[in-house]
Amino acid sequence: MRLQYPTNVKIVRVPCTGKVDVIHIMRAFEKGADGVAVIGCLEGECHFNAGNLMARRRVEQAQKVLETVGVGGERAQMYNLSSSEGPLFAQYATAMTEKIKALGPNPIRTAKNKAA
Amino acid sequence: MIVADKKPIEEIIEYLKDHKNILVLGCNECVTVCEAGGKKEVGVLASALRMYASKEGKEVKIDEMTLERQCDREYLDELRDSIDQYDAVVSLACGVGVQFTAEQYHDKPVYPGVNTCFMGATEERGLWTERCQGCGQCILATTGGICPVARCAKRLFNGPCGGSTTGRCEINTEVDCAWQLIVDRLKALDRLDEYEELCPLKDWSTDRAGGPRKVVREDVQQ
Ligand code: SF4
Ligand code: SF4
Repeated sequence: MRLQYPTNVKIVRVPCTGKVDVIHIMRAFEKGADGVAVIGCLEGECHFNAGNLMARRRVEQAQKVLETVGVGGERAQMYNLSSSEGPLFAQYATAMTEKIKALGPNPIRTAKNKAA
Repeated sequence: MIVADKKPIEEIIEYLKDHKNILVLGCNECVTVCEAGGKKEVGVLASALRMYASKEGKEVKIDEMTLERQCDREYLDELRDSIDQYDAVVSLACGVGVQFTAEQYHDKPVYPGVNTCFMGATEERGLWTERCQGCGQCILATTGGICPVARCAKRLFNGPCGGSTTGRCEINTEVDCAWQLIVDRLKALDRLDEYEELCPLKDWSTDRAGGPRKVVREDVQQ
């Protein structure tokens, strides 16, 4: 399967989305990421039972904090797919990239560049 | 343990608006267990504050540290060498930790980063409930191990009141009637006859009503 997805997506592998904590999402934005998509297995199909459900809640928590500090909650998103769904991954990656492009760059990076 | 809840970040941002060098200080004990003020929460808050400052175009240094406890001088002393770099501290410890930190470092503003709620237990992750109000004269021996001070809305000692309905308290149908729990527990212990005994007037001088309290233990003093 040779699928195309936007080249500006950087993949960080984790053993299970349950490993992703709010702080990981926050740090990504602090370091200048424009968006963070957490892509987990389908709900109800986590090998560790609830990893993807916890991830969703953490993404929601991060969204709230990001909204409060003016980065924008929408920049963090949770998606679900099954591991055999490569085309869906490409679709999510494209959708996320488009969403973020519409939002523009991470305001923190813009502000830092301006200050420098 | 002491149960605390997170404070809205907006509130903390407001406290800190005039500060440039800030230490976000966590505590490894109760507030870590109730996920309000441990190392993880310190990380998230500090990161949020840094992002807010950058976005506002302000140059603010925000450091993170988590002490074993903030209610003990021994651990607070660990700040001695670094405290001068900061012009404010946000303490994510309970109200005791916030105050003790402020007492140790008299000329530093120390702001609370959590709302301290009560002494309680972890029912499940994300759910903490009150159990004790530190009344200073524990009567659990006569109430089947269930505290009417903390758990009865009226703090009745010879309950229940007339509002107890199908095991629920009249203040809220989601709250168990403490006295129903007491009766059920005494029954389970086969000590229901004790329920017939009137509980004498409680000496409230050991409670908050007697002003701030202290425990003095000469046997362990050095
Ligand atoms: S009787 Fe007093 S000390 Fe005992 S659990 Fe209740 S409030 Fe706490
Ligand atoms: S209903 Fe029960 S818990 Fe509520 S105030 Fe009356 S005795 Fe106390």
